[in-house]
Amino acid sequence: MTRTKAAPALDLLDERLRHGEGLKPALGAIADRIRSGDLGALPIVVGLVVIWTVFQLLNPVFLSSANLVNLLMESVSVGIIALGIVCVLLVGQIDLSVGSVSGLSAALTAVTFVSGGWPGWLSILAAIAAGALIGWVYAQLVTRLGVPSFVATLAGLLGFLGLQLWLLGSKGAINLPFDSGLVHFAQLDFVPAWLSYVLVAVAAAAMFLTGYSLARARRAAGLSGRSTPLLLARSVAVLLGLGFAVWYLNQARGVGWLFVCFVGLVLVLHYVLTRTAWGRAVFAIGGNVEAARRAGINVKRRYVSVFMLCSSLAALGGLIAAARLAAANQASGAGDVNLNAIAAAVIGGTSLFGGRGSAFSALLGVLVIQSISSGLTLLDLDSSFRFMVTGLVLALAVALDSVARRSRAAHGRA
Amino acid sequence: MKTDTAVLSLRGISKNFGAVAALTDVDLDVSAGQVVAIVGDNGAGKSTLVKVLAGVHRPDTGTITFAGRAATIDSPAAAHALGIATVFQDLALCENLNVVENLFLGREIRRSRLDEVAMETRSWELLRQLSAKIPTVRIPVASLSGGQRQTVAIARSLLGDPKIIILDEPTAALGVEQTAEVLNLIERLRERGLGVLMISHNMEDVRAVADRVVVLRLGRNNGVFDAAEVSTEDLVAAITGAADNVATRRERERNNR
Repeated sequence: MTRTKAAPALDLLDERLRHGEGLKPALGAIADRIRSGDLGALPIVVGLVVIWTVFQLLNPVFLSSANLVNLLMESVSVGIIALGIVCVLLVGQIDLSVGSVSGLSAALTAVTFVSGGWPGWLSILAAIAAGALIGWVYAQLVTRLGVPSFVATLAGLLGFLGLQLWLLGSKGAINLPFDSGLVHFAQLDFVPAWLSYVLVAVAAAAMFLTGYSLARARRAAGLSGRSTPLLLARSVAVLLGLGFAVWYLNQARGVGWLFVCFVGLVLVLHYVLTRTAWGRAVFAIGGNVEAARRAGINVKRRYVSVFMLCSSLAALGGLIAAARLAAANQASGAGDVNLNAIAAAVIGGTSLFGGRGSAFSALLGVLVIQSISSGLTLLDLDSSFRFMVTGLVLALAVALDSVARRSRAAHGRA
Repeated sequence: MKTDTAVLSLRGISKNFGAVAALTDVDLDVSAGQVVAIVGDNGAGKSTLVKVLAGVHRPDTGTITFAGRAATIDSPAAAHALGIATVFQDLALCENLNVVENLFLGREIRRSRLDEVAMETRSWELLRQLSAKIPTVRIPVASLSGGQRQTVAIARSLLGDPKIIILDEPTAALGVEQTAEVLNLIERLRERGLGVLMISHNMEDVRAVADRVVVLRLGRNNGVFDAAEVSTEDLVAAITGAADNVATRRERERNNR
């Protein structure tokens, strides 16, 4: 088959398609998507703007560099837990015990590291391994015995909270030494200003290069590809946006390595979810479990891996929370950690109904949750208000999810 | 009967569920490039027969010959390996995934990571061969019509390079135009030299597209007809097992008019 240069791409031949490449049609397509209920990240961006405006008006310290630096550092532990929740929600299951598992992991790290005198890396590894084991047990309960994950993890919520309290003993708290690498990393390690700008530039360049090479491969195969100006515009927007954010944070202490690692983790999970067969299977199971099974996907094994990943990430989040606090105590992972993590995933746009969502929803969602928490703390309002406001935001997010889902069904989008 | 050229032959297949004989001594032949329709009333054993061929149920007695060799189909994977693809009525598509993702679900083309470009070109190739009317392969299956979904499900079964494709009620839930689309697709499958086994309730669809019609009644063979010659009246009579009842009388009156 010979193709002249002017021939339309293989995927744009159908006359019913409203074609268009380039900047303007791309924006039009986005507007179309939003109208039909495929909201993407829009509600969250709007939500963040509203929340930040309100708190800034109430207390001018809120948007200061120093407070934002803190806000980012504080959001990491719940954000990592929310990453695991995203995976569990994607396969249409739920894990209600991530708070308890994170608390248990904090206690386990403290007990082995401080009381047991283990080397730091071994304590961390042990805590994460314990998390993975817990996830494995959940998966066995769900896949072999047919226990709904809701109930299995509810049992875990209580059980592992008990185990955490027992581990901590009568004192109820174990302090982590300030000179340990973990605590230093979680509290004091910041990216040097010059390096932070280099990282931003690398991110923007990488975004352009991957987009460009994909577009070139598609054109070589006779398919349509994103136009180079569009890719360039996108990368420049990212460069300017991230560059400004980093510059603003650098007015205070800058960007913590902890937060950079969290973003790295989000990117890795995003890649795994969208570019590997495992990720494809996760989405398929959330969309239609029977179809996935008939397509030859080993559904049980995917459930096992997802539950193990979720609990491991919860354990990692828990020990980072302990490192931030430089202590593990009876309140580690208790209270609102559990629901904050689930709320973050849902607010960020991962559907409770399975099969829709992305790793970025953990990052965006946790920023909302942490902004509310930080703003209310600055206003000297205690946790009673935080619970109420977070509860309200969660209810709003879930309602939005349900309404958008109905609208998508009506407009013929998944 | 052209037993010698048949790709798939069943002889004396029986299947019991407890005290119920779902299939008794059923024979069936499908050749390459031939569309065989299986018709029958509810409970005639059509679905059981499909499930036997798809590897969901094992027959109690009887022999299955595939491409001249005796075969046992004891699992869906075994049916697949032989070259028998089944498209069930519920289609089993993931609505949240797009057409390409659905087509290659469970057998993605990958090098180190998923090769989306190769999968998309292969999808277009396949859909073009089937003259499928799907505007873009990058929309979720949720936005497709019933006929388009049926097309995607059939195209997916073709990726395994089967010799026999079984369609369970392919037109049951479709409108006029979409039914025509699917019937065209079945013709296309025949042109490709596939043996097509089609379960249907709709006599008009059957006579429009099938070469031969196999009637099942109460789990037994109740006649094999040449689709070009048989009248709907005869088919209804064979399905209901009676030459004189309301349904056959109505057919007769319609023909006399």
